[in-house]
Amino acid sequence: MSTTPPLPGHQMPHEDYLNATYGIRSWLLTTDHKRIALLYLGSVTVFFFIGGLLATMIRIHLLTPTGYLVTPETYNKLFTMHGVAMIFFFLIPSIPAVLGNFLIPLMIGAKDLAFPKINLLSWYIYLVGGSFVLYSFATGGLDTGWTFYTPLSSIYSNSAVTPAVIGIFINGFSSILTGLNFIVTIHTMRAPGMTWFRLPLFVWAHYATSLVMILGTPVIAITLLLAGLERMFHLGFFNPALGGDPILFQHLFWFYSHPAVYIMILPAMGVISEIIPTFARKPIFGYSFIAGSSIAIAVIGFLVWAHHMFVTGESVYAALTFSFLSYLVAIPSAVKVFNWTSTLYKGSISWDTPMIYAFGFIGLFLIGGLTGLFLACLGLDIHIHDTYFVVAHFHYIMVGGAVMGYVGGLHFWWPKITGRLYPEALARIAAVTLFVGFNLTFFPQFILGYLGMPRRYHTYPPEFQVLNVLSTAGASILALGYLLPMLYLTWSMRYGKVAGQNPWPATGLEWKTDSPPPTENFDVTPEVTWEPYDFQNRPDLGLTAGAPSLAPAHGDD
Amino acid sequence: MSEHIVSPKVYIVIFLALMVGTTATVWAAYQNFGQFNIVIALAIATFKATLVVLYFMHARYSPKRTQLVIVCSVFWLAIMLAMTLTDYDTRTPRDSRLAPPAISHLFRA
Repeated sequence: MSTTPPLPGHQMPHEDYLNATYGIRSWLLTTDHKRIALLYLGSVTVFFFIGGLLATMIRIHLLTPTGYLVTPETYNKLFTMHGVAMIFFFLIPSIPAVLGNFLIPLMIGAKDLAFPKINLLSWYIYLVGGSFVLYSFATGGLDTGWTFYTPLSSIYSNSAVTPAVIGIFINGFSSILTGLNFIVTIHTMRAPGMTWFRLPLFVWAHYATSLVMILGTPVIAITLLLAGLERMFHLGFFNPALGGDPILFQHLFWFYSHPAVYIMILPAMGVISEIIPTFARKPIFGYSFIAGSSIAIAVIGFLVWAHHMFVTGESVYAALTFSFLSYLVAIPSAVKVFNWTSTLYKGSISWDTPMIYAFGFIGLFLIGGLTGLFLACLGLDIHIHDTYFVVAHFHYIMVGGAVMGYVGGLHFWWPKITGRLYPEALARIAAVTLFVGFNLTFFPQFILGYLGMPRRYHTYPPEFQVLNVLSTAGASILALGYLLPMLYLTWSMRYGKVAGQNPWPATGLEWKTDSPPPTENFDVTPEVTWEPYDFQNRPDLGLTAGAPSLAPAHGDD
Repeated sequence: MSEHIVSPKVYIVIFLALMVGTTATVWAAYQNFGQFNIVIALAIATFKATLVVLYFMHARYSPKRTQLVIVCSVFWLAIMLAMTLTDYDTRTPRDSRLAPPAISHLFRA
């Protein structure tokens, strides 16, 4: 029983998706999208811990120039396994499979996803793929880099490459099925009145993400399978000695793996597009441009992959083409940032925890995105390629962007998921801790890279030690920033204040049902008669005395 | 939505066409057409794949939207191949970027 009295007027619903049925079986065989989202939440958290532990070991090793913690061979395995665990098993499924799974049906007024059993199947496929990869980690590890470049991965590596590529191949189907489910659901299951341009931007972002998942994932699956076949049966695809071409592997690998970055960042952008108008009490600025920019990022994201290969010996003309196209991605990304900023203009801003994460996201994504332009520049890339500059850049996008969005979204929808509020003051401290820890960890790496420290080296010249120590110190603060939310969010599931239907309040359809929602999501299918993010014409939100005053809509000011 | 019923005759004809295609593939593998070897092999394979998609996967009888999805995915494949070829088709054996810059004459006394 809760020790905290519920807020006046708020009671936990009598029956919801969490207590509708009991027992392990009711969870492992559930087809409820909300329960599957929680199953994913648990499993991606496990991989986040594994990846985080490996990152901790990397940072401890790099405290001293010679590195005392592990041997050079083990160091290779540490950063490879960190990358594989974090990218394929945490970042890619995190927001779509957890928040997307939970929220898309709620946001469009549906009872579930279009294919509930396939949804459960995708989680089991994820577990099977994950088991193969953990088997690889436990039986020799993996030392090829998360990119599996051939012929190192297909011939020379002595680590457990085969189970790892099989695991990632299997896991790809999980991603494809999730994307397929989202697309069909968004097309066919919207509530009456929920037109395409009334969809929350979170749903638009997930639609774009799903396109990338479906169009890109088969390519990585086949590519890794080919590398596996070359390794197991010496079929010549990528090894020059067998008549293959190693650059072909890189083309095929990055055809998926560059768009995969957008699988990570687009859903986070969707989260931010929900948080900003809610805590600025204002309709989002340029709805259709933000929606369109998600699709544009997904499409253009497929045309830029060879910018990862400027120094591999690809042709100058191809490099020129891909460099130009890479600059194009900056346009829809900037559209989003400008529109979020314009939404804040004259807004009635409150500094709730999700908003702090959103602000953090905008700043960190901006730095990550702009340094991406440095790397897309053909001349400069030759200097900073394969240095810590690249490491810092993609961590600003993936951790500063995607993970900030994920943790921010988790806070924003936590009252909906669990029906309870987390301790606000502690959560704000954690958000600031995370932001400070992140910057202290990764900003020094920009400088290290620019000064010439290569990535993936287990040792470095003594003059780089100060910056490396700063980075490791930052990593320990960052770790605290992740542990705090894990602790108080878990605590709040039992002891947090009862949240009520719409604690912020926000305008989306998901806030019009109970928290936690019933198994069927809505008692009656809702009818949507309002425009998205419209605070002015929504008396049902209860923005009355004591609440922050409403900001004027665009065009009124 | 009612399923289109395809008569067994159509399936048999398509199956026989695929068998002819397979025979043609095997026969072509033993002939030397020079640089057209790969072109001919891929042409036969594409023809067979098209038959499978149109008749066995019922794409011919599917709604327009399903057909659009199929065309789009082929277009996506074309993007991958075409843009990969921007590299292969324009690569020179000795890329000038890899050669050392011609500055040695500056150091001659």
